Amino acid sequence: MNINYDKESKLLKFEITEEIDHCKVEKIKRRVDNEIERYVPQNIIFDFDKVSFMDSAGIGMLIREI
Amino acid sequence: MKTKYDNEMNLEILSKSCNEAFARITVAAFASGLDPTIEEISDIKTAVSEAVTNSIIHGYENNEGIIKINCKIDKRKIIIEISDTGKGIENIDIAKEPLYTTKPELERSGMGFTIMESFMDELKIESILGLGTKVTMTKTIKENTLG
Ligand SMILES: Nc1ncnc2c1ncn2[C@@H]1O[C@H](COP(=O)(O)OP(=O)(O)OP(=O)(O)O)[C@@H](O)[C@H]1O
Ligand SMILES: [Mg+2]
Repeated sequence: MNINYDKESKLLKFEITEEIDHCKVEKIKRRVDNEIERYVPQNIIFDFDKVSFMDSAGIGMLIREI
Repeated sequence: MKTKYDNEMNLEILSKSCNEAFARITVAAFASGLDPTIEEISDIKTAVSEAVTNSIIHGYENNEGIIKINCKIDKRKIIIEISDTGKGIENIDIAKEPLYTTKPELERSGMGFTIMESFMDELKIESILGLGTKVTMTKTIKENTLG
């Protein structure tokens, strides 16, 4: 996962590159939560362009983050 | 191993979430003999991932157990059986409903069976409370017309 924060626009961007399944989702969630706490962004972008696999664990993560 | 099918394989894994990727990739590799499209492979991978995840978090409730995966090829059809000897399902009809989950606290979306049903041609669920659950899914891989 690549993380990018733009100070000016207070935009935090997560570019997810791993396969999102039940095994990986915990790690992804923890990092996302940490980064949100650290930057307190105004806007967040999740970029799934590089995700080659996602199952219902990914849907669960999205529902929670929204 | 004697079989009336064109091909067959068996896989047993420990119920650890990090074996999910191994399970779905192995089944996909087995299915690749039928020359499926990328979309068909990704449907199979997702369905396998859902069934294996269910055995880990619902069947064994994250305790240690064995998940058995049996795959057979019958002409153009792949038959995938995924079974556990975990706690079983009380009411299969209710469990199959979209958004139904017994574990909302784990941020489950209740979409697993719905995904298996829509990505595969057939889904059969057999379960006995206290004894375990077996999910059978089949999918016919279309003949590649581009030859
Ligand atoms: N192998 C299993 N053993 C015991 N119970 C199961 C098993 N598979 C499914 N269930 C039951 O069926 C319900 C529905 O399963 P389904 O996969 O559709 O949703 P979920 O696993 O709760 O959520 P999601 O798959 O979206 O993360 C589960 O909440 C669980 O109660
Ligand atoms: Mg599920």
